[in-house]
Amino acid sequence: MSSEAEILVRLTVNGAVVARHVPVRRSLADFLRHDLGLTGTHVGCEHGVCGACTIRLDGEIVRSCLLLAAQADGAAVETVEGLTESGEIAALQQAFLARNALQCGFCTPGMLVTAADLLRTTTTPTREEIRGAISANYCRCTGYHAIVDAIETAATSRTGDR
Amino acid sequence: MSAATDQEVGRSRVRPRARRLVAGRGRYTDDIAAPRAVHVAFYRSPHPHARIKALELSAARAIPGVVLVASGADIARHCKPFAGVHRLFIGMKAADQLPVAVDRACWQGEPVVVVAAETRAIAEDALDLIEVDWEPLEGFGTPEGALAGPAIHEQLGDNIGFDGITTTGDVATAIAGAAVVVEDTFRFGRHTGVCLEARSILAVYDPQEQSLVVHESHQCPAQQQAIFADLMGLPEHRVRVICPDVGGAFGIKQQLYGDELATCIVAKMTGRPALFVADRVESFASDIHAREHVVKARMAFAHDGSILALTLDDLFAVGAYSQYPRSSIGEASHVARLTGAPYRIPAYQARVRMVYQNKPPVGHYRAVGHPIACAVGESLIDQGARALGLDPIAVRRLNQIRDGSGPHASHGAAVLEGLTLDACLDRLLAGFDVTDFRREQAAARQRGSLLGLGIASFVELAGTGAPYYGESGAPVTAQEACLVRLEPSGHVRCQASATDQGQGTDTAIGQAVADAVGVAFDDVEVVSGDSAACPPGGGAWASRGASAGVEAAVRAGRALRAEILRLAGLILQRKPEQMYVRRGVIRDAVTGAELITIREVAVIGHYRQHLLPPGTQPDLSLVRSYVPQNQAFLTTNGIQLATVSIDPGLGEVRLLRHRVAHDSGTVINPQLLDEQIRGGVVQGLGAALFEEIRYGEDGTLGTGTLMDYLVPLATEIPDIEVVHVTTADPSTTLGAKGAGEAGTAGAAAAVLNAVNDALAPLGARVSALPLTPERVLAAIAAASSVPAEALSRQKAGT
Repeated sequence: MSSEAEILVRLTVNGAVVARHVPVRRSLADFLRHDLGLTGTHVGCEHGVCGACTIRLDGEIVRSCLLLAAQADGAAVETVEGLTESGEIAALQQAFLARNALQCGFCTPGMLVTAADLLRTTTTPTREEIRGAISANYCRCTGYHAIVDAIETAATSRTGDR
Repeated sequence: MSAATDQEVGRSRVRPRARRLVAGRGRYTDDIAAPRAVHVAFYRSPHPHARIKALELSAARAIPGVVLVASGADIARHCKPFAGVHRLFIGMKAADQLPVAVDRACWQGEPVVVVAAETRAIAEDALDLIEVDWEPLEGFGTPEGALAGPAIHEQLGDNIGFDGITTTGDVATAIAGAAVVVEDTFRFGRHTGVCLEARSILAVYDPQEQSLVVHESHQCPAQQQAIFADLMGLPEHRVRVICPDVGGAFGIKQQLYGDELATCIVAKMTGRPALFVADRVESFASDIHAREHVVKARMAFAHDGSILALTLDDLFAVGAYSQYPRSSIGEASHVARLTGAPYRIPAYQARVRMVYQNKPPVGHYRAVGHPIACAVGESLIDQGARALGLDPIAVRRLNQIRDGSGPHASHGAAVLEGLTLDACLDRLLAGFDVTDFRREQAAARQRGSLLGLGIASFVELAGTGAPYYGESGAPVTAQEACLVRLEPSGHVRCQASATDQGQGTDTAIGQAVADAVGVAFDDVEVVSGDSAACPPGGGAWASRGASAGVEAAVRAGRALRAEILRLAGLILQRKPEQMYVRRGVIRDAVTGAELITIREVAVIGHYRQHLLPPGTQPDLSLVRSYVPQNQAFLTTNGIQLATVSIDPGLGEVRLLRHRVAHDSGTVINPQLLDEQIRGGVVQGLGAALFEEIRYGEDGTLGTGTLMDYLVPLATEIPDIEVVHVTTADPSTTLGAKGAGEAGTAGAAAAVLNAVNDALAPLGARVSALPLTPERVLAAIAAASSVPAEALSRQKAGT
């Protein structure tokens, strides 16, 4: 192996404490995918445009391809795997399935994390608000219509629960 | 439960695979664990055209963690060259290619040196230390420049890879007698699929077995198996290609790429698994591109709007090499075949020239050729109608091939069967009030704003048949096959040659097989994308999943049902025709009484054969195939409508409504069908307004990131209205027609016509895609002979 400079990072990932030595230049996305095996976070462009790598870091959604693993030291990270396990995005996932709001599925984890963030801050978003919220998450398959429908359905069903 | 309600075909079933994908449990190629894998990266040519005088690789080799640094010559020792020639096109010329350039690079981004290292980061460190002594050569980026320039490949003599003419009737006489002749030159920008999952491959070679197992983000596992075996000199039955979850493909993952073949060779050279995942810049620089055409076309009309003649000259630039194995000619040949295809055109002449230039190879991207043909033909119809003062919709109605008029031998030398152009136009307009829109448009003009309405009709060649690639010489099949087996539990497993990159082909097969066998949808599992586990077949291309892939599965499912009934008959001592199967139960044909379950038949057929009459051999794994044997292409059609508003000060086009009417034949899963069309439309809208891979005149790439190459975003796209005409294809038992490319085929043409409708009062028109604000402003400025800047200042001042 090479003599790459490494650093110890300690963080919480999906509720579990993780401590690893990682190369200082490793991105957070690569760390999640390759060091922790959390391959639900996808890498689509590696320059922060496509949104496939969107995760939650200390409660805020971020592009994990634009952060280094070292920058997440001390942070709490949540990925699609964690949000699935906790049930937080279950209504969204159900709506995406029922409406076929995904085809190849590569953008879907990032799209769900972004949509969940919208639904935390906006109770009943309009279609325009939904389109605005996901406008930095690229989907090449669906043309977005079904995704907007699904997020709208999830928002409505959640309102109905109250 | 009645027969009507337990029919699976026609229901919007949820895709089983999607359940994994929404949970972040996708299994894309880069997600597959491979112990001791080396990571492959490529030093790519920074020049569009340059001689490699010398390579200095020792510094790269010295980095700790670097496993292999190999030149093009090193790689070439392990494979044969390949050339993308299609033998149906007499006289076609294509140069031999190797996976990695030797002596000379002919396009910017062509692989020059391969590095394999413990991590991708280390491999990239090594790339930085590679020194190449380049002698830059003159590069030709534009189609016209390539046509005039010296041969990029000396052995070909010139840069013209193919020059062919299609002629029907007497064009000169028809034009001489015309009331109106409209003429235009259309330019189409290069674009590409932008699969969100970049091209990826993981190759594992076993020297003892001489076996190669490849996981590849690809559409055609059987084709790739044949190619890797042939080019690397391996026994084909020891090569296995698995296409796991694929993150978008759209035709981009349908061919052989040199860097992917080189990755297989690295696995052989190092004896370790080799993984290559393209980054986004190298995706733009090396993925298959499409649509770089310059088309000069004329259409001649009589006073009443009848089309008398059409001529076109398509100059199609395909990069430095013809794509392998299918060749790059497909797009231009479809332009010749399909321009004006919805209409009766008595006189026609089309010349297509495929030219080589110093850019990456061009090939098949969703709806190959259709968007070009549709834009050219439909734009000329609108221009003709405008010149004659006729309603463009009326002109279409007048000229289009009538529904039910039987097979039509088209001016483009295609046989078009079962067209439903009248029905589609009616369905389209049933949900859109044209008169109302014209009123709104006139009112908007009073206020100084521009609204436009565009319509685009198209014929699709959806589902390629045996004659087309049968004659090509390439290892490409139009046949699909499906193995359907009854498990001992009574469940059904299908192993299909058709592949699924998210379209829902697997789900459609599951639904159709459930009906064909007589079991519940949840009792059917579909496996696809594995050249060893599934029978050979085409995979996914040319909208063939439903028309050919599901058809093969239906035939296999019906054969399995017949075998189940034969065994049930032997067990129960009844004639098979006295029974039927529904939802796993075999019943009396007259009374409907339950006789035996499929599960019970399966247990006897798999474990208790001694209970069957002597000499009985159960046969519960059955494979059936389907190929459109005598038709080069299956036909269908559709029509799209777009409305737009244009900001005359900024040149920005805003999409308002977009509506599609399409004939998909028998509908297997309504929701999946609609979403195929919607997704296709939005890729066409990207082509209309945003997407262009820009190159300098010498072939230097200018759009390497998603900041430069604009993919449609959620805020830029309206909801897409989709309606259907459902005329079953009479040539298959199921009757489903292709749908995956319909959206892309007509979307850009509809928007082009809408923009020109909006600009018409200014006397302006555009005929180059994408319709960027610069182009729209330039057209407005040219029409008013007021500089665009002054115009925008004027607007800002009001």
